Amino acid sequence: MPMDEIALDHHHDAHDHKPGFFKRWFLSTNHKDIGTLYLIFAMCAGVVGYTLSGLIRWELAEPGIGPMLWIVEHLQGVQGDAAITHAKQFYNTVITYHGLIMIFFMVMPALIGGFGNWFVPLMIGAPDMAFPRMNNISFWMTVAAFVLACISMTVPGNSAGNGFGGGWVLYPPLSSTTGHPGPAMDVLILSLHTAGIASILGAINFIVTILNMRAPGMTMHKMPLFAWGVLVTAVLLLLSLPVLAGALTMLLTDRNFGSQFFNPAGGGDPVMFQHLFWFFGHPEVYIMILPAFGIVSHIVSTFSKKPIFGYLGMAYAMVSIGVIGFVVWAHHMYTVGMNVDLKAYFIAATMVIAVPTGIKIFSWIATMWGGSMEFKVPMLWAIGFIFLFTVGGVTGVVLANAGIDHALHDTYYVVAHFHYVLSLGAVFGLFAGWYYWFEKMFGIKYNGFLGGLHFWLMFVGSNVLFFPQHFLGLQGMPRRYIDYADGFHTWHFVSSIGYAITLVGTLVFFIGLIEAVVRRRKGEANPWGEGATTLEWTLPSPPPFHQFNELPHVTNKGGH
Amino acid sequence: MRHFFAALCASILAAPAFAAIPHDGALGFQPAATRIAERIHFFHNDYVLWIITAITIFVSVLLVWVMVRYNRKSNPVSRKFSHNSLIEVIWTIVPALILVAIAGLSFPNLYYQDVVPNLDKIKTESAELLADGKSAEYERYTKNYFPDAAEKGFINVKAQGNQWNWTYSYPDIVDADGVALEFVSNAVHKGTPEDKQKYQDSTGRTNYDSLPRNLAVDYPMVIPAGRYIRYYTAAADVIHSWTVPAFGVKTDAVPGRLNEGWFLVDEPGVYYGQCSELCGIDHAYMPIEVRVVPQAQFDQWAQLMLAGDYEGAYSAVQTIAAIEPSTKLAANH
Repeated sequence: MPMDEIALDHHHDAHDHKPGFFKRWFLSTNHKDIGTLYLIFAMCAGVVGYTLSGLIRWELAEPGIGPMLWIVEHLQGVQGDAAITHAKQFYNTVITYHGLIMIFFMVMPALIGGFGNWFVPLMIGAPDMAFPRMNNISFWMTVAAFVLACISMTVPGNSAGNGFGGGWVLYPPLSSTTGHPGPAMDVLILSLHTAGIASILGAINFIVTILNMRAPGMTMHKMPLFAWGVLVTAVLLLLSLPVLAGALTMLLTDRNFGSQFFNPAGGGDPVMFQHLFWFFGHPEVYIMILPAFGIVSHIVSTFSKKPIFGYLGMAYAMVSIGVIGFVVWAHHMYTVGMNVDLKAYFIAATMVIAVPTGIKIFSWIATMWGGSMEFKVPMLWAIGFIFLFTVGGVTGVVLANAGIDHALHDTYYVVAHFHYVLSLGAVFGLFAGWYYWFEKMFGIKYNGFLGGLHFWLMFVGSNVLFFPQHFLGLQGMPRRYIDYADGFHTWHFVSSIGYAITLVGTLVFFIGLIEAVVRRRKGEANPWGEGATTLEWTLPSPPPFHQFNELPHVTNKGGH
Repeated sequence: MRHFFAALCASILAAPAFAAIPHDGALGFQPAATRIAERIHFFHNDYVLWIITAITIFVSVLLVWVMVRYNRKSNPVSRKFSHNSLIEVIWTIVPALILVAIAGLSFPNLYYQDVVPNLDKIKTESAELLADGKSAEYERYTKNYFPDAAEKGFINVKAQGNQWNWTYSYPDIVDADGVALEFVSNAVHKGTPEDKQKYQDSTGRTNYDSLPRNLAVDYPMVIPAGRYIRYYTAAADVIHSWTVPAFGVKTDAVPGRLNEGWFLVDEPGVYYGQCSELCGIDHAYMPIEVRVVPQAQFDQWAQLMLAGDYEGAYSAVQTIAAIEPSTKLAANH
């Protein structure tokens, strides 16, 4: 979307008084600093979550119980028969915290807290977020929540060891006192409550900022698509997280105060928890992917040197994905014993989402069509995203059919599907944004060769890692298994090889980061040229501590 | 597929019974053993998989095309269009039509597998078709519904998930006191060297080495071939999920609920499944083994189980007798 005429305040450098280190980074109310804090935090949490997934792939490379037993015996000092029991519990906690950390403490903080904070105000021409101090508390509550999650891993879960080992979906009775009587689950509930409050506060902040603080002339229908993506995401967070909070509170009172919401012996129903959880959980997957949609739109437009094709269609596709995302939740529960007509409804509603998703995929390609494409690092990630998200999307259409899902539910096919849309979709969108805005955020240039190498290693590695899991799922390999029948060995082994390739890719990512920091090549205000038309490229790199002291005026001569 | 198995078993009657088990390096489903699974496989392998492959290839080709044709070298000056109403309408309508086409096959499949059939209706409907001389319709009808089996009624089995084994009960098979047959089915563990000794000491069996790891159980669920099975799932502690991939069925076992489902297996053999809802530390060690045997063998097994001779019953279903091909339901069409 071109901003043909932008008036800027060129006097801000004179006011660029940054506070001292402690005040700047620990009491920050500056949206850019908070964005950077979120990115650093997400990187730390991502390393933890990624290490946990490494433990999973290490264990599953060979049948039987191996690495988990070694860890329990050598690092936790448990011996004998108890060691095997503890190893099984340890594996269950590893898969649980891998999911929770990646979702709540890596993808969400990076895409929403990190890039959202950094670029929503810049893109809409606002000096900062609407509630800067609330922004600060959102961040530090997220950190507190992560610390609580880590504590939860180290306190007793049940007689078989520490941590909660019931999967990120927290289904009772496994998450009630029947399955995990220890404090691990209570601490985890506290952690998720805290993370939830942080996200709700952040969502309010984004909604108010986007609705009220757009620069003069920036109407909703001229707003950059990343801001649209974050707006829809924030609304989804605001509406879905309270439902999770309700479910968690009911679980907490079931565990501690004798209520019987999910206990059938007291007239409750465990399936009610699943309905409440997925009423949050399904919008949650769109919360993770919508900001990535926005990032990919900008990158595709920038490097094709063309305006985004079908801007309004793209914006309203995200809105409709958000709306429909609220009425499809029970497709996660086809096997719980639902009425067949209800399943039929959820099939129909779920498949409808494929239409706006298809609009987005085709609009990205149409944006490239007739363009003059440059394959710089962010564009590689964006094109990779489009391809991988298509693969993950079509397997979603397969799973939407309850008739097939009865065979594939809770198998590795599902694991492959959601890692294609999240691990390869959201995370590729995240890296695309990282390389797209790196120079803008930090004022230094990264090494293009290392960025490209990072992309190719991750692209090859994650496909080798996740594609064979479709085969495992079709053969009937169930999810969340520490050990498997011998007939599943080959593809599990290949999958673990894929992880090793991504591990090299991740090392290259950090090498690239360190290289850029050490070399300190001075960044340009707009390294991408004519294609980069959003407001952040009109500012120097890095942008001044306070920008837009005089608001930019957005006019629209050419139209989008 | 069923015709294939019928032919296969007829040609090698002496061969060991068919076993549905995961195969290393396999790319697709385990072979179908029920009409439910056949329909799932047709719907997936011969329909949806083609559609999604075509879509993925289509998108990939478009991506490659724009990368080749519209890069900086081959197209130095970009065009500036950003709208084309016709193409936008097309790429909204066409995917919607594809989805309608998928749904057209999805709903009948769902209702077929999810609704426990009404056996009386099957008997009357098939009889009417025969009486009206509609042999083509009758043949089509008996692909999905089995009048011969409907005549004999359901075999009811309840699978109750426990941490970490399954309790099977047969409410229709009762002893002289009216107590129904019920037994616990535990995994045969193959983790440590002592596991073999424990298994042999407790059962007196010598077949340990031949049992598939993580799939075999000490006392399997046994059902007769060619009979309508109505199964119920329940749970004693946390949620479990009962499934046999070759049957195409999976039903959660939820505390406080009684879920139901159905299937009919024509081909005698051993079929394996594994608990499919995370249920705690031994989630990976509560497998499901179903031995499908001819009716006579099933009756013998049931009598021995009722009499408390578990080992005798186990031996009675170790060698699974083949069924005369002509008596198979599949032979009807």
